[in-house]
Amino acid sequence: MAGGGVHASSGPVAETYARARHQLLIPAWAVLLIFVAVPVAMMLIYSFLTKEFRGGVIWEFSLAAYDQFFFDRGLFGDEPPKFEWTYVTIFWRSIWQAGLATILSLLIGFPTAYFIATRPEKTRAIWLFLVTIPYWVNLLIRTVSMKFLLRDQGPMNDALLALGVLEEPLRIINTNLAVQLGLFYSYLPFMVLPIYAAVERYNFTYSEAAADLYASKWATLRRVVLPVVKPGVIAGCILVFVPSLGAFLAPDLLGGAKNFMIGSLIEEQFKGNAGNWPFGAAASMILLTLVIIVLLISTTQQRKTREPG
Amino acid sequence: MTDSSTPAVDIENAAKRYGDFTAIKSMSLSIRDNEFFTLLGPSGCGKTTLLRMIAGFEDVTEGAIFLFGSEIEQLPPNKRPVNTVFQNYALFPHMTILENVSFGLEMQGNSRVDAHKRAGEMLELVQLSEFAQRKPAQLSGGQQQRVALARALAPSPRVLLLDEPLSALDLKLRKAMQIELKHLQRETGITFIFVTHDQEEALTMSDRIAVMSAGELQQLGEPRDVYERPRNRFVADFIGDTNLLEVAITDIADNLASCHVQGGHQIQCGASEGVSKGMTAHLSVRPERLLLSAAPAEEGSLRASVKENIFVGTDITTLLTLDGGPDLTVRTSNSARGAARVFDPGADVFVTVEAGAARLLIN
Ligand SMILES: Nc1ncnc2c1ncn2[C@@H]1O[C@H](COP(=O)(O)OP(=O)(O)OP(=O)(O)O)[C@@H](O)[C@H]1O
Ligand SMILES: [Mg+2]
Repeated sequence: MAGGGVHASSGPVAETYARARHQLLIPAWAVLLIFVAVPVAMMLIYSFLTKEFRGGVIWEFSLAAYDQFFFDRGLFGDEPPKFEWTYVTIFWRSIWQAGLATILSLLIGFPTAYFIATRPEKTRAIWLFLVTIPYWVNLLIRTVSMKFLLRDQGPMNDALLALGVLEEPLRIINTNLAVQLGLFYSYLPFMVLPIYAAVERYNFTYSEAAADLYASKWATLRRVVLPVVKPGVIAGCILVFVPSLGAFLAPDLLGGAKNFMIGSLIEEQFKGNAGNWPFGAAASMILLTLVIIVLLISTTQQRKTREPG
Repeated sequence: MTDSSTPAVDIENAAKRYGDFTAIKSMSLSIRDNEFFTLLGPSGCGKTTLLRMIAGFEDVTEGAIFLFGSEIEQLPPNKRPVNTVFQNYALFPHMTILENVSFGLEMQGNSRVDAHKRAGEMLELVQLSEFAQRKPAQLSGGQQQRVALARALAPSPRVLLLDEPLSALDLKLRKAMQIELKHLQRETGITFIFVTHDQEEALTMSDRIAVMSAGELQQLGEPRDVYERPRNRFVADFIGDTNLLEVAITDIADNLASCHVQGGHQIQCGASEGVSKGMTAHLSVRPERLLLSAAPAEEGSLRASVKENIFVGTDITTLLTLDGGPDLTVRTSNSARGAARVFDPGADVFVTVEAGAARLLIN
């Protein structure tokens, strides 16, 4: 740990520093407390309460929400409990969809970021600006436009048919692919930007050294460039995967009823009178746990690349 | 094996331009096999550019480069039997020292086991075996430099390019590494092309030196040759210390030129090619080849007065002014102090130019 030596020493100077450090961190702690700890705590508590029929909760402890999530016949009934697949399937589908969207983003985002980072310094800002332009428009509008583009009689199909590439329109809308494309389009800059930052910092003499040592372009990319910029790649993947996992706009608008994802499931629980707040909170907690597991895995990965073998 | 008369690297009228700027002006030079060859020149003169052209990182705007007789313009860097020790080492930060050194071997198609074995031997050679499992960031500058060297040598290149590999080291380590490098070159028989802007380093290490300035080759020769017979003012000034005196040639007889120095002084020296009566030129005399005495010597001395004495360990440097003329620097070995007198500032002295020590330069 950098600076560890300073704090290890004691004495008046070290103590003053330590105190000043803590005082300077107060605003950060306050923000974390108000915007992270309190909402998560509320969600955790709500997930263990009893549902009120017109939305809201009754302040009475209950495991019903988790029970409903995992088990078909109640865990506390007379008959032996049976595992409930509905919601787990939705979760699994969400992970799968978010994963594919992340891979798609990586496949497109890495070359894009690499391309931008290797442009002359003056033109890089322009390229980055171009990448971020669509994100000045609200996500809902972008997703609706995507739906319009991908429609059976939409501009994309019209163009492909007119060009004779296709005989029949591609039926993309209301498929998993549409959702993946939607998620990919929603979060692509989150992949491009961290990878760009890593590649921009990358010292290209490493690539020259690799070429000098008989590495082909591909070997250089695989053995030298990728491992060195890996932290940026991991950051990009997390930034795309995590919001994709909880997204509800793209699955709702592009995927239709069949391709329901966790985000939509949770959203429904808090919408109108039909909702079930404790169940929504429980699903959120389960999602949060999943995300934390993903983050833990990736941080240990990052640490492995940084720390000497 | 190629026949030993084939040059390792043959540069023929090679030029390099970046837009309007010419980094290397049409240059021709031949580097022999098994040679310790040094490119010497001030910062920005194009040394790195020339190395990068040989390694294949820059293309040649004009002319051609041959490696052991074959043209290499079409060969990408990874197909050239040339390895580089980069100025900033460029060790792969995510790999251990051992992995760094075995990288080139693996890329050549050796199995990982074989590559690691040979890399281990290379690390032994540069005395870094105990650091094999460390990452580059955990080594000192000097250690990293040795890793870079081991990494470049491991795949047994036919030519090794070294771009100021010692510039980051402190004086002591640098001297030690100079000797180590020289030994290594002799042992392996690999052609070394060594870049430096340190003339002393060039003189101690090289078989031959190419002195460059502003993208042009100024002189090519053995260290002694370049030091004692500089071809022009730039080389005389850049290599070692020298006294450069502006002179007018008053007479030429028996291949001996009489040179007139401001203040009415006369110095005789061998007339080099292109020298003619009546022209002005420069005379270069190394400070250690001037003698001081209280009385004039028979072969003719110049009158001067002492300005200052500077003690520099092994030597004493005396600054003088020729009567009515320019300043001169004289270096006297400290060991000869008993014999050669040290004159106090203000003293009038006579300066004698050692026979054959003055060199006439017309450009
Ligand atoms: N990519 C480039 N574009 C334009 N000019 C360049 C480029 N690379 C180098 N130059 C110029 O070419 C000249 C030679 O550069 P080079 O790096 O070969 O010098 P050098 O002799 O190695 O100097 P140093 O001792 O400082 O390393 C310099 O004037 C430099 O500014
Ligand atoms: Mg250089």
